[in-house]
Amino acid sequence: MATLNILYFAWVRELIGRDDEQIERPSADTTIAELIETVANRGGGYTEALGDQERLRAALDQRFVPLQTAIGKARELAIFPPVTGG
Amino acid sequence: MKRVSIQSGDFGPAEELAALESLGGGGVASFTGIVRGGGGLTALELQHYAAMTADQVGRIVDDAMSRWPLLGVRVIHRFGKLAVGDRIVFVGTASRHRTAALESCAFLIDWLKSDAPFWKKEHFAGHPSVWVEARPEDETKARDWKQ
Repeated sequence: MATLNILYFAWVRELIGRDDEQIERPSADTTIAELIETVANRGGGYTEALGDQERLRAALDQRFVPLQTAIGKARELAIFPPVTGG
Repeated sequence: MKRVSIQSGDFGPAEELAALESLGGGGVASFTGIVRGGGGLTALELQHYAAMTADQVGRIVDDAMSRWPLLGVRVIHRFGKLAVGDRIVFVGTASRHRTAALESCAFLIDWLKSDAPFWKKEHFAGHPSVWVEARPEDETKARDWKQ
């Protein structure tokens, strides 16, 4: 079974209540947006954190990508709010 | 010279500037970001995506070095809990000419704001902490450099 590590940052992490989790990797043509919707449907903090995709950004294997990107054979997906460094 | 450090500890701008000055160019530009007080702020917490941060900042530095003729670039970005007045970030650039040094320094700090995986949380005395919202103008500023 191929796995996908999902990492959460900032308020996404706080609302979900965990830093990361490992799931079975969905089919390669599944987009990040579709996966986020599935995870958001778990309810509770997941819905609160992931329900509004306008507020979310993502990185796939440590590269920023649009949420419409297909997951392909990636091993790591990070989900977070827009960055605020500098 | 290209050096990127992502660290929790403080840094000394004077020694970073001295290293850039020793590269033999005609100009060194720098920016130091400091935790701003006010509104009851007691601390600023910076979370980052540790596995990605150094590589991503390195790519931003490579981009700057491909746009301007630079002799050296130094970037330091801190993470963890910082107090008001603490240094957060340092960007230093050295070039033969002032325009390249100044412009690349501005470019780097704009891109660090919009394209490095850091998130700031503000802590206050007497009321709950809040995650800083990204400002749309920061993304716009970084995009302006693409033209």
